[in-house]
Amino acid sequence: MYNGEKRRSSYLMLFIKNRIGTVLIFSVMPLILVSGIILYQFKASHYEKIHAHLGTLVKKHKQNIDSFLNEKLGDIHFIAEIYSFHELGNETFLKEKLETLQQAYGPVFVDLGVVNSHGVQVAYAGPFKLGKAVYSDADWFKEAMKREYVISDVFLGLRGLPHFIVAVRKSVNGDQWVLRATIDFAAFNDLVENIRIGETGFAFILNKEGDFQTKPLMDVIPEKGPYMDLLESDTKEEVQIVEKEDELSGNNIYVSAFLKNGDWLLVYQQKASDAFSAFTKALRVSVIIIILGSIGTIALAFVRFKNMAHHMEKAEHERRLMNEQIIETGKLAVVGELAAGVAHEINNPVAIMVEEAGWIEDLLEEEEFKESENIAEFRRALKQINTQGKRCKEITQKLLSFARKTDSKIQEVQINELIEEIITLSAQRAKFSNVTIGCQLQDGLPVIQGAHTELQQVLLNLINNALDAMEKGGGTIDIKTRLNKDHIVVEIADNGPGIASANLKRIFEPFFTTKPVGKGTGLGLSICYGIMKRLGGDIEVQSVIDKGTIFRINIPLKKYIGEKQDLIM
Amino acid sequence: MDSYKVLVVDDEVEFLETLVKRLSKRDLEVHGLDSGEKALEFLEQDYADVVVLDVKMPGMDGIETLRELKKRHPMIEVIMLTGHANMEVAIQGMELGAFDYLMKPMEIDELLYKIQDAHKKKSIQEAKIQMMEKIIEQEE
Repeated sequence: MYNGEKRRSSYLMLFIKNRIGTVLIFSVMPLILVSGIILYQFKASHYEKIHAHLGTLVKKHKQNIDSFLNEKLGDIHFIAEIYSFHELGNETFLKEKLETLQQAYGPVFVDLGVVNSHGVQVAYAGPFKLGKAVYSDADWFKEAMKREYVISDVFLGLRGLPHFIVAVRKSVNGDQWVLRATIDFAAFNDLVENIRIGETGFAFILNKEGDFQTKPLMDVIPEKGPYMDLLESDTKEEVQIVEKEDELSGNNIYVSAFLKNGDWLLVYQQKASDAFSAFTKALRVSVIIIILGSIGTIALAFVRFKNMAHHMEKAEHERRLMNEQIIETGKLAVVGELAAGVAHEINNPVAIMVEEAGWIEDLLEEEEFKESENIAEFRRALKQINTQGKRCKEITQKLLSFARKTDSKIQEVQINELIEEIITLSAQRAKFSNVTIGCQLQDGLPVIQGAHTELQQVLLNLINNALDAMEKGGGTIDIKTRLNKDHIVVEIADNGPGIASANLKRIFEPFFTTKPVGKGTGLGLSICYGIMKRLGGDIEVQSVIDKGTIFRINIPLKKYIGEKQDLIM
Repeated sequence: MDSYKVLVVDDEVEFLETLVKRLSKRDLEVHGLDSGEKALEFLEQDYADVVVLDVKMPGMDGIETLRELKKRHPMIEVIMLTGHANMEVAIQGMELGAFDYLMKPMEIDELLYKIQDAHKKKSIQEAKIQMMEKIIEQEE
């Protein structure tokens, strides 16, 4: 049983394994393919959109910053233009101008200073004590001596705070002087720092040397990443977009634009995963859908295949059972053939033996043997030979009727009449065995085609068997007839001791008997079986120990003509 | 009882010989032959009242022999001996005009009674025929 279960499950698994692959290919693959194509298209257009968006953003901020710087420069330029060196050299006046600027623009301007051509600050207005500071070595001053306007890089300077300088050079009568203003780093920094998109998008400014001009929000090492490449590139594009793998933060997208006539570089950087989060989200959703879909498909396929495998297995089982039945029938047919051969061959020698014994018996009648002292023994022995010869004859007769090839005369038989006739025949014996025979016969059954004597033999055999079984204890025999589609069913049920299941299998085999030796030949049911098969019918038995036995015979309404007949000789 | 002639036809010589001996011992004039052809040949020259004929024989079988015999000698009574329980053959034999049939092995007495009955039937029939002939003769 356990083995069977195991074999069954492995059979099932094999069946499912063989087919689930096919199902996956034909149901899940298109899903993946279609999703993949759509996602790819979506990704391309999404990337384009994001790039365009970021490009625009950076461009706008670049313009903002540029205009911020230009504006500041413009303010200083304006002051330097309308006031003279002397006026501005007056610190009180300068302070007034700083206050005016601060009122107009907030605390963007930290201080103002007037520097002469030697780099010495002659006037200063602001929170620091920087009067008379010397700037002759400062980069911005050197720059200012060459160019008219200067916006310096961010530097720490004398005061030790990050800041940058906006300076305008004026020349009066061949004498140079410079008006400089310090721009509050924090205010400028805010401009850039406020560029924030998503969780990882931020911006900063680098100068030509790759030094930070604003404070980056996150750790950025200018030497790593594509910053230097971006700085050195001489593209005509206003905005450059680069995507690069970074060992620290994975794939990043970099958007850059030059500021301040190419002195500074505004860099916006964002993790690709963050920038394309919409795409990532879509990807995630579709992957989940694909996985769920696949699981669903596989589960469904599994259930369906399990059912299918179950059905197939059932069919297989039925087929095997059928085969067993066919083998059983074939076996009986072979036995029948053999039996017929034996019966034919054995009968003649038996006849000769009996005849010879008879001859001896005849001779014993002669006078010379009359006085023999063993004459009685001789007679007894000869009688015994005769009796046993007759027994042989009976056996061969029965064997032949089990295996008979030629059909008995076919006629129309009304089964109910036949049964009543047989009940009458058996009534006497039933009375002695204390058995009551009852019957429920369906009215109006059609006539069947069969040999009267053969059907009689079958029914008589079955009833006699039932009577034999109940000889000791008595009981009842119920005979039922009914029409079932194209055949008539006759049931003969007794409530006798029943048949052991081991015997039940062999019950139709010739010479199988449970009766004591000499009481039965073991051919009765074989004959019934042979007759029913010849009729194209069937005989079945069901039995429960101590409850009784039911023999059921199925007689077809139309005489069956087929190959089966030839199997039984 | 008047004597009459019995012919036994069976291909099994051992069976035939014993049967002939046993019937002879019962005061019958018995001839044994081992084939249907021989029997028909014998009857061309000789005569028999009752023929005991085995059904299953090589060459001309019992039924064929019976058919031929009845054609040539309609007055001879035939008792069939069948080797097996083939009712069909027995019935066929009866239809062809056999007097009766017996299944081998049979009681010798049973066979003897059948032979006697067959002979009696033949005698009565012959007597009837003779009587008819006489009446016809007289009328003529």
